[in-house]
Amino acid sequence: MRDRKTLIRLGLLVLAVGVAAALWMFQGLGAGRRDFVLALRWEKLIALVLIGASVAVATVLFQTVSRNRILTPSIMGFDALYLLIQTLAVAMLGVTGFAMLPGGPKFLIETALMTALALALFGTLLGRGAGSAEDIARTILTGVVLGILFRAGASLIGRLLDPNAYATVQAVSFANFGRPNAALVGWGAALALPAMGLALWMGPRLDVLGLGRERAVSLGLRYRVVMTGALALTAVLVAVSTALVGPVAFLGLIVAGLTHGLFPAARHRLRLVTAALIACLLLVLGQWLFERFLGRQAVLSVVIEFAGGILFLALLLKGRIR
Amino acid sequence: MSGTGGIDVRGVTHRIHGTTILQPIDLSLPSGKVTALIGPNGAGKSTLIRLIARIDPLQTGEVTVNGLDVRQTPSARLALEMAFMGQHSGLVSRLRVRELVAFGRWPHCHGRPGPKDRAAVEKALADFDLLPLADRFMDELSGGQAQRAHLAMTVVQETPWLLLDEPLNNLDLAHARALMAHLARLRDEGRSVLIVLHDLNFASGWADHVVAMKDGRILAEGVPAEVLTEPRLSELYDTPITVGSYQGRPLILHHL
Repeated sequence: MRDRKTLIRLGLLVLAVGVAAALWMFQGLGAGRRDFVLALRWEKLIALVLIGASVAVATVLFQTVSRNRILTPSIMGFDALYLLIQTLAVAMLGVTGFAMLPGGPKFLIETALMTALALALFGTLLGRGAGSAEDIARTILTGVVLGILFRAGASLIGRLLDPNAYATVQAVSFANFGRPNAALVGWGAALALPAMGLALWMGPRLDVLGLGRERAVSLGLRYRVVMTGALALTAVLVAVSTALVGPVAFLGLIVAGLTHGLFPAARHRLRLVTAALIACLLLVLGQWLFERFLGRQAVLSVVIEFAGGILFLALLLKGRIR
Repeated sequence: MSGTGGIDVRGVTHRIHGTTILQPIDLSLPSGKVTALIGPNGAGKSTLIRLIARIDPLQTGEVTVNGLDVRQTPSARLALEMAFMGQHSGLVSRLRVRELVAFGRWPHCHGRPGPKDRAAVEKALADFDLLPLADRFMDELSGGQAQRAHLAMTVVQETPWLLLDEPLNNLDLAHARALMAHLARLRDEGRSVLIVLHDLNFASGWADHVVAMKDGRILAEGVPAEVLTEPRLSELYDTPITVGSYQGRPLILHHL
């Protein structure tokens, strides 16, 4: 009975994503240059889906590793770390040098660097000794401090840059769903799809991880390996979404919250899939609405951040920090 | 279940932030028995059982369980030899009781339960009086009910050794007694139990072997009649304790 309810909800979600994608692709298609418009829309749709799925999977993974439901990679400063790396690159190479770097390899190096740094910082924070991850207040505070440190570092270096270089940094510092970085979609997909596949494969292990360290170790799970693996996947997926669209602080929180609301007792495989579907639905439908009907009068990222911020406060006030 | 051998602890010490929690411990725990680990707060009981269960890493010394070196043996292999239940069991995922208990089969089926695993889960639910609660969420249960669910999950792991850190917490008298009787039945089936207990009469009534700890040391060990004596217990807890006798076993009276 329960399974049937879950299946119906999942089916409706898939259907909704399909409808949103069809609307995005075919609504308002004029008579002329159809191929051109369709190709343009397709490119953007793929980017939005990739961004949504990356943010969703990264958030679910991170919430399991950090053992609570209000932390997201963004709140803990993952994307701030990515921006710091970008700013450092501009500062060291200059605007021309930065622009001359081939997009793909640059992206791969940045991702590798970010993954290594994230593992060094957050791996120590979340995996050290017994019970350290259970200390929610300390984890959140340390994460927030790290996030501020990364942002302040990026800001400090930004102040030292000349105006042209600063403009280059600014361009990558704000989320813009209307103009995803199309050149990186292929590279992003090449990293994100295997990462998501691995996350799905890890699903049952993540379920055991969710029982807490004592239980997971007692059941024979290689706790540190699974923790580190999940953190590495989180870093890769955040790097992909940040490279494609810029930092999005609260999208992951909204998506994870909705997933928990719709599928409260879902195991990780189902949770990962549904979170990815919900994120894709929000982004595609939202962007469609803003581009086609609101004439770009408002920006989707601002609305998402606003709604996410309110949800974050609501979760805090309700005391559901676990 | 291999069920042979025992637990050997050799030269194990433990320090936390410069404070010595365990002095060098040498201990051999017999298999096929219920062994109670007793002692006052801060004696090092939980630390010792967690080190044996490889929940915390060994700093010095060596622990073997059924001949397997805890430091060297893969955790998945050890999960077939011993199951541990600690005092903290905060869950992040929202789980129903049956789902939680089923996780105990992970070392056997790695998330793909077969008919044997499902049957073991149903038996554990019945043994711990959990069938009426099986479809309830864990966060809807009382402390004692949740404790029983965690116990069922530990027992369903079907390991030769069960390591239980204060499992009677939150249990009412009837369920505490039922748990000890259940452990005695498992002992009769050839399994071994190491259990941290604060209620000395449960240790007296159900344990075959008692280990008394104080200040990170083993103060005494042996059959209940040898360890649960007035002088030993008064020294152990730094308070006068009277020991009587009931059905041939020590009866501890500490409120007189």
